Amino acid sequence: MTAGADEHDPSKPSGPGGRDVSDGPDAALARVVREEWGRLVSLLLARFRRLDLVEDALADAVEAAARRWARDGVPDNPAGWLHTTARRRILDRLRGEAMARRKVPLLVVAAEEEGSGAVRADPGDLVEDDLLRLVLMCSHPALDPAAASALTLRLVLGVTTADVARLFLVPEPTMAARLTRAKKKIVTAGIPFAVPAATELPERLDVLAQTAYLAFTAGYAPGSGPDALRAELAGEAVRLVRVVLGLRPGEPVLTALLALMLLQHSRRDARVDAHGAIVLLPDQDRSRWHRDEVDEALALLASPALTGRVTVQAAGYAVQARIAAEHATAPDAASTRWDRVVAHYDTLLRLAPTPSARLARAVAVAEADGPRAGLALLDDLDEQLPHSHRLPAVRAELLSRAGDHDGARAAYAVAIARCANDAERALLTGRRDALDA
Amino acid sequence: MRYVVLIASEPGEWEAADEEARQELFDAHHAFERFVDEHGSRRESAALADAETATTIRHRAGGPVVTDGPFVELTEQVGGYYDVELPDLDTAIAAAKLLPRSYTVEVRPTVQVEGYEGR
Repeated sequence: MTAGADEHDPSKPSGPGGRDVSDGPDAALARVVREEWGRLVSLLLARFRRLDLVEDALADAVEAAARRWARDGVPDNPAGWLHTTARRRILDRLRGEAMARRKVPLLVVAAEEEGSGAVRADPGDLVEDDLLRLVLMCSHPALDPAAASALTLRLVLGVTTADVARLFLVPEPTMAARLTRAKKKIVTAGIPFAVPAATELPERLDVLAQTAYLAFTAGYAPGSGPDALRAELAGEAVRLVRVVLGLRPGEPVLTALLALMLLQHSRRDARVDAHGAIVLLPDQDRSRWHRDEVDEALALLASPALTGRVTVQAAGYAVQARIAAEHATAPDAASTRWDRVVAHYDTLLRLAPTPSARLARAVAVAEADGPRAGLALLDDLDEQLPHSHRLPAVRAELLSRAGDHDGARAAYAVAIARCANDAERALLTGRRDALDA
Repeated sequence: MRYVVLIASEPGEWEAADEEARQELFDAHHAFERFVDEHGSRRESAALADAETATTIRHRAGGPVVTDGPFVELTEQVGGYYDVELPDLDTAIAAAKLLPRSYTVEVRPTVQVEGYEGR
């Protein structure tokens, strides 16, 4: 079990002058946007407190860089160049407003921050707290969760609005309107650009984790678009957690969440076959799982961050990651330690007794103790999951294993009728038809 | 920042409350008020009479129409408000959490309407 976490950490800035001299202007620009966007946004926000101007000014600066760097070469400090250019644009706009005597509401900034922006003009001196302020502002619980997720990708990771729209499968104008509404709420409602008190911070980091996990699972929702696209969104969510974990090393909820995401993400290339059909876990080609990510996740799960007292949410992510780790460390499906998986589900149910966790536990019990033992646990779930196609699908599978093919056929019929997703329905129909073969 | 903190409570809760329950409601309001005074200031506040005592005035094609009742019929009705000055939404949320647990509380920022000056 070797840790890959420290060897390559994309959340660490390359630093001024740290770029590879072999980069072409386009690659250098793409890289500085990818690595420094959130820091540039937070620096400019701390100084000008204008959420409406900062993003536009930075986008303008990137456009200018695309033209200028191609002609004049890449500057020594690309992040500094973008910062200076964006700052000039903002100052121009502010002068224009002063002439028009407009009064625009300012972002609320923590008291000790006010007026201190001017002494920290160089992105190289950036206080990491600024980036944490930005992340917590974007993931504030007073924002709509889906909008918060999108806004975090936009402002912290620098994903363009067009790409955020593409990743969340909505038209670009819809996403642009959603982002604008979220930014307006931040300014109008007085959501502060601040790190909350130590007593509030764990709760806020929990919400941040939910925000990141929402982006991650949006990527992996079945039928949410082409698989490459889903993996890309999930990959961005992983990057977000890495960035924040870089700011708060050893934070339990982020450590557990990163482990969970990496284990799920490591299977991305094995989840669908060459025709785009879903491949279930036992049938996946395990040589296609990303081993480095599995190893990194295992190291995270073993780290001291998760040994002390943690929030219920952190504990929940950790136990889900440990379930995924049982699969990741089994050489093949038949060697899975189902007894340990069942024990992990028992822990999960103590933390959060949701019907879907009970269903997953029943599947594990069936693997450990036979299909009849699993079926017995499904009986009182119908009332709690009246619309789920998963419950009858599991019942059908277990009945078929128990030799009751008529019962299995009836259960598949219910599952197929309830399933709204084409790929999953095709899988269920295939299983039902296989009963007759 | 100036916020109006709108309070929705179960109609009849106050009437049904015994002395001990009333004291708990008072204590929670006092905790809220102390917190606001520490972090900002209180401008105004009031408890409102039942929604069924409300009168609504709307302008229709034939002229203004006066009707009995609140402008929206909901199960939750505004039962009172505080008008406060606090540094940011996080402080306002922390204050709102101190109000009685039986309440649902809405925190609304106020805005300055450009070009309008009160008389």
